[in-house]
Amino acid sequence: MKQGFKPDVIGNEGWFYSEKVKDHFFNPRNIFKSKAEAKKYKADGIGTIGSPICGDVMKLWIKVDKKTDRIKECKFQTFGCASAIASTSMLTVMATEKGGMKLDKALKLTPKDIMERLGGLPERKVHCSVLGDKALREAINDYFRKTRQFERISGEGTKIIDKALKITNKDIEEAVLEGAKTFEEIQKMTKIGIQDKNCIPETKRLIKYYREKHFGKN
Amino acid sequence: MQRIYLDHAATTYTRPEVKKAIMPFFEENFGNPGSFHSIGLEAKKALLEARKKIASILNCEPEEIIFTGSGTESCNLAIKGVAFALRKKGKHIITQKTEHHAVLHPCEWLEKEFGFEITYLDVDRFGIVDLRQLENAIRKDTILISIMYANNEIGTIQPIKKIAAIAKKHKVLFHTDACQAAGLEEIDVKKLGVDLMTINGSKIYALKGTGLLFAKKSTPLMPLIHGGSQEFGKRAGTENVAGIVGLATALELAQKERFKEAKRLSALRDYLIKNLLKKIPKSILQGHSKKRLPNNAAISFLDVEGEAILLYLDREGICASTGSACTSSSLEPSHVILATGMPYEIAHGNIRFSLGKKTTKKEIDFVIKKLPKIIEKLRKLSPVELSKKEVGL
Repeated sequence: MKQGFKPDVIGNEGWFYSEKVKDHFFNPRNIFKSKAEAKKYKADGIGTIGSPICGDVMKLWIKVDKKTDRIKECKFQTFGCASAIASTSMLTVMATEKGGMKLDKALKLTPKDIMERLGGLPERKVHCSVLGDKALREAINDYFRKTRQFERISGEGTKIIDKALKITNKDIEEAVLEGAKTFEEIQKMTKIGIQDKNCIPETKRLIKYYREKHFGKN
Repeated sequence: MQRIYLDHAATTYTRPEVKKAIMPFFEENFGNPGSFHSIGLEAKKALLEARKKIASILNCEPEEIIFTGSGTESCNLAIKGVAFALRKKGKHIITQKTEHHAVLHPCEWLEKEFGFEITYLDVDRFGIVDLRQLENAIRKDTILISIMYANNEIGTIQPIKKIAAIAKKHKVLFHTDACQAAGLEEIDVKKLGVDLMTINGSKIYALKGTGLLFAKKSTPLMPLIHGGSQEFGKRAGTENVAGIVGLATALELAQKERFKEAKRLSALRDYLIKNLLKKIPKSILQGHSKKRLPNNAAISFLDVEGEAILLYLDREGICASTGSACTSSSLEPSHVILATGMPYEIAHGNIRFSLGKKTTKKEIDFVIKKLPKIIEKLRKLSPVELSKKEVGL
């Protein structure tokens, strides 16, 4: 893992989180005062990701400045552990600071960007708790739909890799985000390449690509 | 900041009586019990006395006690030791789903690497095994039943005497992991009827890294660690004399105090459970309301995640524990709570408080005061709003 990703191990009162993570966890930014306020909030776009069964749910509300195409406000709710709450909080800060992030740039935010700003997270926390960027993309796409900018909705270019099981590059990306590091691990999770052996080299290439995209080079 | 330790099921502090009892075994009486000189003999004498003391507490022979390095090691010795000794007789073992990993993982290993067959019995909503299912699971080739005395996460106490009777009737050996129970429950092996029983020091105010396995004289048992002839050839390695003396001291004191202490802790436990369930909406008690350890209160809170609760509690100085996926290395929530039929949504939001000798009502009152506010804050932050009905309760 890259230098910046190293968890701020122990030291901080024996916790596995950095001071910055703890700050965002105990004092989350951009939250609603109450559930009632959340219900009344007039957002330009809303995005949700995760499920309570998996243990993480992130929901984001955005307001967009139509003239500048920048995020004016970004509010959040998170069900999950400390790193899930802190990373979503940090994401809302990143999206709204310095006059607000341009939508095109916001669409490209990665878990890696968020983690770097948090000063790192314990490794095993990364894949499960940093899902906020996906919720943000959902919210932006929701805004595009509502403002009828259909051509801007990002489909993330899905392509079938395993022809027998119809496993896509997105499925591989998901598996990488869930912590898979090797082809064998992804095969265990998805059964990829068991029947369609031709897809193995392409799958291996994609694993490398997504690992670098989300977690940086070794 | 005051610190309130409510994680005694993880480990206890070392009580002063134990500290005092073991002190001579560092500099003065440091010998190897296997040596044939006066310093060695002194150590041997201390070892013998500790063994005798424990034997009288467990109501067994001194030769039936094997000292080990932990509860986990004792469970491994019981399961693998019996399995290897009796593998020609049969390769079927019965255990149940809420066991500690110290039992489950050796069983899985025997299954995977040596072709044993393991039956994992179900438990009910409260974590109790079904005795009829147990009896039906016994086969001609069943060599061992391993069922814990009391569960470490939800505190449920199993009907050990009844299980022992069934095992005896079918001439199958019975091991119980009594790590959580040893400090507060009956551990007379004759009254319980067990063939093997695991106890460790780190849960009863003795040292970490100490444990024992009671194994009835006739029990076939293959050692896991080979070397010297210590522990009747069942566990090689120079004995941890200080640790063993501490274990004997702690066990003696625990059993002497247990009725009074169990009564005191049960009252505190019930007070904590009653108030938390009353003050926090959508909270659910895990385990059985009566058949539970006097010091265990395990409660799930809907819409919030266990690790987040734990960190907020820690900030208030309260040390507890959770079975949430976020604190496990497997990223799976507690297998114990899932085994009781609880949905994943509930398993993620579970907190265990385990009380101890120094726990006071004032401390419990502090938890009752702080926890509702923490849950309220996290719920305000949560996009999830489940009802008890939605999760099948």
